[in-house]
Amino acid sequence: MDILKTTQLAKSFGETHAVDHVDFTVTAGEVLALIGSNGAGKTTLINLISGLIPPDSGRIEFQGADITGASIHRKIELGIARSFQLVNLFDQLSVHDNVTLAIFSREGRTRRLLSLADADVAVRDEAVLVLKQFGLDGRAGAPAGGLSQGERKLLDVAVAYALKPKLLLLDEPTSGVSTREKAPIMDIISQVVRSGGITAVIVEHDMDVVFTYCPRIVAMHQGTILADGTADEIRNNAQVTANLLGTQTA
Amino acid sequence: MSPLTARPRRVLAWSAPVLLGLVALPYVVPPYQTVLLTYGLVFAIAALGFNLLLGYTGLLSFGHSAYFGMGAYAVAFAVKYLKAESMEVFLLGGIVASGAVAALFGLLCVRYTKIFFGILTMALSQVLWSLAFKFFWVTGGSDGLRVPTPTLLGGSVRAGGDKFDFLSHRYYFYVLAVFVVGAAVMWVIVHSPFGKALQAIRDNETRAEFVGVQVWHYRWVAFLISGVFTGVAGALWVPLNGLTTPDILHWTFSGKMVFFTVLGGFQTFFGPVIGAIIYNYLETYAVGHTVYWQMVLGIVLVVMVLALPAGIVGTLKRLAPRVAKAT
Repeated sequence: MDILKTTQLAKSFGETHAVDHVDFTVTAGEVLALIGSNGAGKTTLINLISGLIPPDSGRIEFQGADITGASIHRKIELGIARSFQLVNLFDQLSVHDNVTLAIFSREGRTRRLLSLADADVAVRDEAVLVLKQFGLDGRAGAPAGGLSQGERKLLDVAVAYALKPKLLLLDEPTSGVSTREKAPIMDIISQVVRSGGITAVIVEHDMDVVFTYCPRIVAMHQGTILADGTADEIRNNAQVTANLLGTQTA
Repeated sequence: MSPLTARPRRVLAWSAPVLLGLVALPYVVPPYQTVLLTYGLVFAIAALGFNLLLGYTGLLSFGHSAYFGMGAYAVAFAVKYLKAESMEVFLLGGIVASGAVAALFGLLCVRYTKIFFGILTMALSQVLWSLAFKFFWVTGGSDGLRVPTPTLLGGSVRAGGDKFDFLSHRYYFYVLAVFVVGAAVMWVIVHSPFGKALQAIRDNETRAEFVGVQVWHYRWVAFLISGVFTGVAGALWVPLNGLTTPDILHWTFSGKMVFFTVLGGFQTFFGPVIGAIIYNYLETYAVGHTVYWQMVLGIVLVVMVLALPAGIVGTLKRLAPRVAKAT
């Protein structure tokens, strides 16, 4: 069953067709990689689905409902959460507070003015549990701005995960981290996503990461979808090899 | 933990002795000093409100004189047109008037940030200033409106013959009580889930949207609360001053609130409170000692910004661990 479907989705910036009438589906429960060179339209596609920018035309459906013009807030309520290529955190808040805020928001409790956030034991404990899943429980009290890049990447995903999404859009979760850190980060993300039964769309440049962790791969090029298939199918696709992979897997 | 947050027990541990000292103060210092401190506490209430926007939401307002002035003029109008004399009625009037104006101005301002927000808040406060100046048959124009000494606690406490004694004792305790309640309420607000959401907006607006926080709505509520706190301060200030004039609606008065906050440190909860009290002494003594008092204040501000950007309390907080380590 499709959890997400885009129909003729388009977005241009001036003369550049960043996303050019894309038809794209994601099946519930799958972990899918979006690959492509810089400017292929991957992040724009994620931005359109998550609501950061509005499309010029086309339609986005989530669980069968039209969400094309829905607000970010509505999309989050429906179960779409995302992380960012350039990590977006609340730097002056503690690591723990970054996650508790997401939980309070999910529970509709951020409007509470006259109760102490720290007094909510259930939320506090859930936040600790989430941080444990991401291996960040030892850093709970540290300000988010003081984390290493790898930890920040994980926290960015943890904040999105704490919203209990049905669809998680991860924009380059390993960008900017050392090669040595990539596999542990992806191991944690993969474990959390699979154990939570979450559908995930991962934008990624690192082909080792993509081929290791994503059973389905969608390749984009110049705003359009070039290929869609398994790791082997993508490796053996002549167009993908010519445009994206070069001689790497040829 | 964010520098803006603190544990309740720790706060109580040091605020309780301070409070006891404040309660004992009128009995150990001359009445003039108590009245000066009353002004300081009134400004501290305004600073608490102001810092909800600056320190916690990341919005620098140059128009908070509007809400302070609305609180003050609401009291003056209650006296002039309703013949009211109860401080509780004054406070209610101040809350309603400043809340209404903050709600309206907030709708316009919170969709903007940074310099656009600052300029818009200042421009709107200047509109009120010009109205107070020009509609003299209502507002008294530059002569202002006089406000007599109010009755307290539903009329059970009255001024009697000695106004200065009333202001330096009974009114001081009244203002102190309002300050304590206001500080406690604000402390809970900034440590509530709502307060965390405001801090999230301050840190990263985009991310706040993507955890489901409706940014402009939260900013508007923060703006409203901030305006009401400032309005309460205005309502408490005018019986102390005995007169309200358009000066308190002018943007330069908003600048004072920025000064309080920078002086004390906007990245701490109590920084603006300390800043407001110190500023009041600083201005009073500078005015009393030199005609160049504005230059003195200007120099202090420049030194603060350059040498102590974290403000007095912020700097003390940073130095405290080093001092503890050294000893």
